Amino acid sequence: MTTLITGPEAIKLPAPAPAARGRGRWVTIALFLLPALVLFLLLVVAPILVAFYASAFRWNGFGGLPTNFIGLDNFTRLFKTEIFAQDLWHLLVLVLFSVVVQLPFSLAIAMLLNQRIRGRALYRVVFFAPYVLSEVITGVLFSLILSPGSGLANHILSVFGIESEWLADPATVMPSLFLVMTWKYFGFHMMIYLAGRQNIPNELIEAAQIDGATSWKTFRHITLPLLGPTIRISVFLSVIYTIQLFDLVWILTQGGPSHSSETMAVTMMDWGFKRSQVGYASAISVVMFLLSLVFALVYQRLVMRRDLAGATTSMGGRR
Amino acid sequence: MMRRKKSTPRRNTLPLHVVAWIVGAFVIVPVIYAVIGGFKPTNELSQNPLGLPRTWMTANYTDVLGSHSFWLQLWNSTFIAVLTTVLTVGVSALAGFVFARFAFRGRELFFTLFTAGLMFPFAVAILPIFVLLRSFGLLGNPFGVILTQAAFGLPLTIIILRGFFRSIPGEVEEAAIIDGCSPFGFFWRILLPMARPAIATVSVLALVGSWNQFMLPLVVFNEESSWTLPLGIQQFQGQYASDTARILAYLVLAMLPALGFYAVAERHLVGGLTAGATKG
Repeated sequence: MTTLITGPEAIKLPAPAPAARGRGRWVTIALFLLPALVLFLLLVVAPILVAFYASAFRWNGFGGLPTNFIGLDNFTRLFKTEIFAQDLWHLLVLVLFSVVVQLPFSLAIAMLLNQRIRGRALYRVVFFAPYVLSEVITGVLFSLILSPGSGLANHILSVFGIESEWLADPATVMPSLFLVMTWKYFGFHMMIYLAGRQNIPNELIEAAQIDGATSWKTFRHITLPLLGPTIRISVFLSVIYTIQLFDLVWILTQGGPSHSSETMAVTMMDWGFKRSQVGYASAISVVMFLLSLVFALVYQRLVMRRDLAGATTSMGGRR
Repeated sequence: MMRRKKSTPRRNTLPLHVVAWIVGAFVIVPVIYAVIGGFKPTNELSQNPLGLPRTWMTANYTDVLGSHSFWLQLWNSTFIAVLTTVLTVGVSALAGFVFARFAFRGRELFFTLFTAGLMFPFAVAILPIFVLLRSFGLLGNPFGVILTQAAFGLPLTIIILRGFFRSIPGEVEEAAIIDGCSPFGFFWRILLPMARPAIATVSVLALVGSWNQFMLPLVVFNEESSWTLPLGIQQFQGQYASDTARILAYLVLAMLPALGFYAVAERHLVGGLTAGATKG
């Protein structure tokens, strides 16, 4: 996304300052750029390249670089496993849930808090608050609330005659996980939508109302299309986040019961750190990377293409 | 949607309030449950999870506050978060300055390299980072976490700061140069002070990111003495698995710094986190 924002503006170079033209110019550039470059190459670029390299070896992570080359065997082995198929399925389920339930819910709340109702500033502050808490705090809190037997969820729902094992039951673990994700992240998407809504001139909406459009029609034909770019960004963020989902799952279920809530990152950590099969785990990392990359490229090309003229930049314009 | 004060008939907003209250309850009941639960003995908690405690028992909270490990984790988290922020913002500001105000061959190439860094999910690199930190002898060392977090924070921070630095007119720079300012003097004495809002935004991003980071400390720290709060919470839950009320007390106390920061810097935090992510 960002490369695209910065692309067009990169053409017009600011005039270099007079004093920066002399001999010392390159020294200055090098000295200023070097710390960032070293840090970035060493701890971001190199590890990713190593992950690619290691994915072609059988390697326990010890003793210098790996030597036991096995080509694409790690990948063919991975693609045959039941667990990896489940990881992909869970990714798909969570993305679908997010796009069909969580984001529309966030959008509805954003529209609600865009009305002139008393206390809306307070509502916004409260709804965003879970996003500020760490995944670990959220995860531990909800593992207690959803604990079978004495947890708060069963206590409240027993009024309606509902009782469940929640995270301990393969049938309910994914909806439970999704519930926790919604609790933590809907306020974030709500804030993005509110910011996007504020970029729509009120005159447009008022004009529609003067022409006799109902609230729903105004929303459907004016607000929603104009929020398109914002919505597409929030879908993008949601998918990219879900591909690498780890913390919440690790705390809530460790991927269980019997892999029924496992994600790719959990599988990767499991093989890499618990079983020291770093080569095989690296293959999972590479798949995660390629999935993110392909999704980002395809999505930007097909879905966000027409937004790049103004919408994305106006979101970041304040800063 | 109706901003005008006159001419729109006053609508009944009660249904809207009802919805907002239900959503508010969904958000806030878990937190209230934790706060009140911390004041109960665990056996009372399972029978009466939501009501007020029969007697307000403060032992759960005071035990945590009296424990050495809680304060140590708080200190470790703070130390790592502050140093990560200083390093990320400092290094990014230097690079952002060069990217914003110098024209040189290869500039766009380098800049594109950094922006591509936004696409690298952290989880992808965690195994090689572990191997790398081990070979540097940085496992168990807070700087293993700090340096790595800073490296992954660079792309977004550089992009935001560069954008802001560019928006400062060239005349300001020329005036400073004419008055005898060196490039670094201009950067340090003029550009950075002018960029205070952008610096605040990226600092908030780095600080919160580091404070909540779990995966990296999880693989880097073995020794209990270096644990950050998220690691400590996870461990505490394992240790007192059956003592729910005590875990709740720990959770509430661990929440306080983040919520307190949110209460103080709400505007920056919301602006920084939402705009930061949409920029990425």
